[in-house]
Amino acid sequence: MNNIQSINTTQNINILQILNIYRLETKFEWLKSIRNPAFALPAILFPALFYTFFGVLMNQHNPQAATYLLCTYGTFGIIGPALFSFGAGLAVERGQGWLDIKDASPMPGSAQIVSRLLVSMAFSVMVLVSLGIVAFTMTGVSLSLVQVLSLSIILVLGGLPFCLLGLTLGLLLKAESAPAVVNLVYLPMSFLSGLWIPITMLPNFLQTFAEFLPPFHLSQLALKVVALDAGGSVVHHIVILASFTVIFFILAIMAFNKKSVS
Amino acid sequence: MQLEHTYEPHIHPHVIASVYGLSKSFAGKKALDNIDLEIKSGQVFAILGANGAGKTTLINILLGRLNADSGDVSVFGVKAGSLQAKRQAGAMLQVANLPETLKIKEHIQLFQSYYPHPMDYQKVINYAGLQDMQNRYSKKLSGGEKQRLLFALSICGNPKLLFLDEPSVGMDVAARQGLWQAIRDLRAKGTGIVLTTHYLEEADNLADEIVLLKQGRIIRKGSSDAIKASISHTTIRFSRTENHHVFKPLPAVVNVQLVGKFIQIHTENVNQTLLALLSAYPNIQELTVSSAGLEEAFLHLNAEGK
Repeated sequence: MNNIQSINTTQNINILQILNIYRLETKFEWLKSIRNPAFALPAILFPALFYTFFGVLMNQHNPQAATYLLCTYGTFGIIGPALFSFGAGLAVERGQGWLDIKDASPMPGSAQIVSRLLVSMAFSVMVLVSLGIVAFTMTGVSLSLVQVLSLSIILVLGGLPFCLLGLTLGLLLKAESAPAVVNLVYLPMSFLSGLWIPITMLPNFLQTFAEFLPPFHLSQLALKVVALDAGGSVVHHIVILASFTVIFFILAIMAFNKKSVS
Repeated sequence: MQLEHTYEPHIHPHVIASVYGLSKSFAGKKALDNIDLEIKSGQVFAILGANGAGKTTLINILLGRLNADSGDVSVFGVKAGSLQAKRQAGAMLQVANLPETLKIKEHIQLFQSYYPHPMDYQKVINYAGLQDMQNRYSKKLSGGEKQRLLFALSICGNPKLLFLDEPSVGMDVAARQGLWQAIRDLRAKGTGIVLTTHYLEEADNLADEIVLLKQGRIIRKGSSDAIKASISHTTIRFSRTENHHVFKPLPAVVNVQLVGKFIQIHTENVNQTLLALLSAYPNIQELTVSSAGLEEAFLHLNAEGK
């Protein structure tokens, strides 16, 4: 029992190899997602379709309404891939036992999270591009370059709390029920945050309730760029989004620990 | 520690992982009870047992995915599940499905990147017998092909210690032979292999050492031959109308059973019993003599003390 050999010296891995793991993990996470039409098509096309319907066809060429809805459907659009890639995608792979294989391998656990984060950001960019195409070709929306860049940066980075919410759901939910549950979170939360129809058209008590929903605050930050927001301060929205990010992060860690024990 | 062991592991098998006094309970129920075992380089170590005997729990503890309640677990002299241990090991666990929209070669490339000294891509493909399907999406794989891919992923890192949990489930005969050959080749190169299986033929063919688990305890440990020999009886079988009780007093008889129209005698000494049997009853029909296979030994041991 004393002759167990440790050959540790040969098992070191350098920083380039580590970066390569993250690169490949992200590349293959991307290929995995983009090749899966059940994920990629609704993620990219639904926001643009909804926007075409509500922001273009139903809105009789009012550029201000089209601009307003561009911001809220943009918010709606980036939440989808964040929730589904983490929530449903992770729950399915976990249910298959696939994550056990990854867990037994020396892959750094964070590579899995970082790759999904980057991929859902890439999907956010595609959602915004498709919305932008609709907005600039079919409506009278006119935005300066600074406004386009600010909106894009706000919405792409604003996906973070929803990635963490998705991560929590993905660690807790069963594979079979995950897509349905994620939709049950995603769609009502979007509606109640005023992403489908402007918040001011909702009854008063729902407008108050929206204060407690993270998508409302992200959409308000986006609307601030085009000066169509409801008037709360930038700091107020950022503090609330940051708080939700911390809460979801803690929940995700609790969910992860619960998973490891069972 | 002698240096040449590192270079010629296949010549001097040495302990690469060990478990002493290991116990683990789930909700007060003992899943593993005071287990001792040593896994050596260049050897196949088979863990046999019925469902619920503790095989998967034992593997998960060796992988560091579960913590032991008590006892020492050491893998390459470090903590099971530590990065140093993981980088020298590979694991093929039971998986329902792989991410469907990646190709076989992409899965392998990704897993190669996890290890400091990955196995050459072509070698992985050859070991796993995946030459003809490198561009196939994992969605389109049969059960046996999926197992071959999982095997490929488990050896991507050139493991010195390889865990195979029911590796040949769903494989056809040819694929299973290929897997066995790959296991033998890896063993010859010095890889220590921990194998759990339902197919006793598989353990019989491959294992240098076998452990029989029953309700979390090791009920037998040794080589395949030693375990078979420990069920030291041979079976003599014949058809005869005589009452089977008359055969009990014959020398070296362990027991006598009536199986359909056959009488079956278990003996500790086949020569003595046969000699006495044939001189007393020269006209018996359909005589066969067989020694216990691993399967029989396993069933016998598993039934013991119930």
